[in-house]
Amino acid sequence: MTAPVLLSVEDVAVDLPTPRGNLRAVDHVDLEVAAGRTLGIVGESGCGKTMLSRAILQLLPKRAKLAGRVLFDGQDLLRLGSSALRKLRARSLAVVFQDPMTSLNPVLTIGTQLIETLMEHLVIDLAAARARSIALLAEVGIPAPEQRLMQYPHELSGGMRQRVAIAIALSCEPKLLIADEPTTALDVTIQAQILDLLAREQRRRHMAMILITHDLGIVAGRTDEVAVMYAGRVVERAPTQALFKSMRMPYTQALLAAIPKLDAPPHAPLPAISGRPPDPTRPLEGCSFSPRCRYAAARCQREKPVLREAEEAEHHYACFNPLKITAGLSA
Amino acid sequence: MATLELRIREDVTVRSRRLGLLFWLAIGWIILIFAVAILADVLPFPSPTDMDMLEKRAPFSTEHWLGTDGLGRDELARLVFGARSSLLVGLCAPVIGVVIGGALGMLAGYFRGRFEALLVGSADVLLAFPPLILALAITAYLGQSILNLTLILGVLGVPAFMRVARAATLALSRREFVIAAQALGATHARILLRELLPNVVLPLTAFFLVGVAITVVAEGALSFLGLGVPPPTPSWGSMIGEGRESLDIAPRLAFLPAITMFLSVLSFNLVGDTLRALTDPRQGAL
Amino acid sequence: MLGFLARRLVYLVPVLLAVSLLTFLIASLLPGDLAYVILGDQATPEKVAALRHDMGLDQPIWWRYLGWLGHLLEGDLGRSFRTGQTVLQAVTERLPVSIELMLLAETIGLLIGVPLAIMCAARAGGAFDRFVTGTAFGMLSVPTFLSAILLIYLFAVQLHLLPATGYVPLAEDPFGNLRFFVLPALTLGLAEWPTIMRVLRSDMIATLQEDYIALARAKGLKPSRILFVHALKPSSLTLVTVTGINIGRLIGGAVIVEQVFALPGIGRLIVGAIYTRDLVILQGAVLLVAAGFVAVNFIVDMLYAVLDPRIRHGHA
Repeated sequence: MTAPVLLSVEDVAVDLPTPRGNLRAVDHVDLEVAAGRTLGIVGESGCGKTMLSRAILQLLPKRAKLAGRVLFDGQDLLRLGSSALRKLRARSLAVVFQDPMTSLNPVLTIGTQLIETLMEHLVIDLAAARARSIALLAEVGIPAPEQRLMQYPHELSGGMRQRVAIAIALSCEPKLLIADEPTTALDVTIQAQILDLLAREQRRRHMAMILITHDLGIVAGRTDEVAVMYAGRVVERAPTQALFKSMRMPYTQALLAAIPKLDAPPHAPLPAISGRPPDPTRPLEGCSFSPRCRYAAARCQREKPVLREAEEAEHHYACFNPLKITAGLSA
Repeated sequence: MATLELRIREDVTVRSRRLGLLFWLAIGWIILIFAVAILADVLPFPSPTDMDMLEKRAPFSTEHWLGTDGLGRDELARLVFGARSSLLVGLCAPVIGVVIGGALGMLAGYFRGRFEALLVGSADVLLAFPPLILALAITAYLGQSILNLTLILGVLGVPAFMRVARAATLALSRREFVIAAQALGATHARILLRELLPNVVLPLTAFFLVGVAITVVAEGALSFLGLGVPPPTPSWGSMIGEGRESLDIAPRLAFLPAITMFLSVLSFNLVGDTLRALTDPRQGAL
Repeated sequence: MLGFLARRLVYLVPVLLAVSLLTFLIASLLPGDLAYVILGDQATPEKVAALRHDMGLDQPIWWRYLGWLGHLLEGDLGRSFRTGQTVLQAVTERLPVSIELMLLAETIGLLIGVPLAIMCAARAGGAFDRFVTGTAFGMLSVPTFLSAILLIYLFAVQLHLLPATGYVPLAEDPFGNLRFFVLPALTLGLAEWPTIMRVLRSDMIATLQEDYIALARAKGLKPSRILFVHALKPSSLTLVTVTGINIGRLIGGAVIVEQVFALPGIGRLIVGAIYTRDLVILQGAVLLVAAGFVAVNFIVDMLYAVLDPRIRHGHA
């Protein structure tokens, strides 16, 4: 990697005490994001990807226990005092949540929510903040931005609201943007627009980005690197093209196969992955995916596989029975 | 299992939902005052109405454990018999409320329509009046007696019980077991009595206990003003009212019944609220 | 929005009518033939009959009700046989006292309850929160007349700081007036703050779990701003509702406090009317209090719609 590493997640684990026992939401994850590059994190519901993003942002619920290191721009976020952490937010680290209807405050105007971020972190007066807010709204493709400042979130459509959330996130020129399922709550027709917007802004600002999604199809062509998560662990990690061309994990293959394809014959059954993810309060001894894996062997049930490098550099996977085929979508 | 992915709600339980020490202390106190009130005649207390003018406002002594009041009457005996009056009214009035209010509420929640609108409207009208004033006016009409007091406070409690019963019935009517019973051809009476009633009883009981607390306070207020339990029958409220005269020389005359009343009301509230939390966890904190 | 308003108004009319009917019935039930009471020693059967006829008391009850209602709609609530005052005069004399008491009491309740609620919600589950919530619960079990006695004992009897009873109009002597109001307002305020605190705290705790609070934290806003702007504002709606209802209730409901502290308010007026069988005053004053309560509730409902921009725009 020629670009310097901006974010380094080292051996991070998140435990949540629940009435049913300890819940390991994130299980020893290592990740890196370089400045200006996009990382996609893919996995089904419950795999821990949101918890991981909250861990990076230091926004975990009070009862959660966090272990490991999160190094951002050389600083360990876990050791940072609260005021230093607060200064880092928005200026260096920004986030877009999944549902803009709930992530925007319903009783405050759009203008207030934009301007307060600017005035908190930048040395700027009200008039300048206002002007900048209008410019930001225009940048993210919102028509009539001046009127929008006075409006409330519920007066805008879903796509518009998410654009506002993106504008808020970008307002202080962050170095890293975490987009947690930014399009899941939106209409399919709007999804591509929002994703294109994010990609465009990222390129323009040379911003690093983490795109979290359950849809493998979204990360194709929009990310530099992809990490696939399952049951709290990263099970495969590779540059995007390499992942699609030569995936190793049976799980990744199954994820890909589950995406409906335009050129499939009509009425072709969609190969869903049978079974369900394991109960995180009762972790399995062996590989978490083995109950649902076609290629599972005896060893898979006994030992937990760790990430190791494939023949190609920078392609890591955690499997005792990796795929040897090189079929798949060309990204 | 998709529960993990989204928010893990922070669960803030401030008061432990388990039956803690306070709960049992409250139960203990309630049992104590009830036992004492019921057994009052049998226990070796002096008469609460015997006046001893030479021993007015006497301090604690072996003869009068808690001293005497402004007319020389034994304070402890008056507390005990006062418990009897206050608890009698406090218990019986909510019974009227829960029976009538509960029935009306269930009928309103089950049959809906104009009948329900009429009942709810009537309840709103009744609730628009300041309850103490209503009680005072009707007491003036019917005359002061424990029976009248019980009736009045009982009727005044009907709207509140009606609301609780109606809310519970509304929530339950839409559940499958009711629809199933209707499909099987069960009569309304059967559904109301066999299916709905057992489930409505729980929140009603919890509210009943709170109702006892409220009634004891209401009776206390009326007696405090001299318009509740008629003298010379003691009642905590009237004792406090009488004790007010001697605040400067013998504050205990007001504070002894005050503490007793406070502890009793608190106990009923505690038990009622704990019960409410157990039967409907969402409502517990408020 | 207008449809919402219109529907609520339509509901209001039958309620007010029913309130007036109930008031009339209650007043008419009071025993003691009014004519006897007025004539006193001079009562003879003929005079009583004549007076009853004059006052219209021999008419059937529904006729009398309609007559009273008719006068009502003209703004004539009647004139007391005892004092000669019209009901409106009597009420407007006493109203400022009750309003002053009610406003002071509610203000004290808010001054205690709101900061405590915010502090508890900010550190929910902690020791302070548990202590305050427990105290609030205990406070709810203290009847008003009990706190009144306690406060009188502390401040009047022991410390001789404040007067136990009495009243002086605000216009005459503002400082003296406030001195007389401290204990009564404090008594009521102590009864009000627990509900206020619990409602606001509960609401804020729920609000603080929302996604938009998480985003506000992610934006690096100051914790005080998050608490007071992002969390307090959405939670304040229920607070406004509760406060409004409390105020409506307090105007006629502060009977005990007015009696104990001898404040010439509406509660005292009504109690006095019950004692002296002054039916006209009783009817009129109770009607005004009850109707006022209904009206305040209505206003609170409307206010709620105004404050919540979602309801205003029809997106509940």
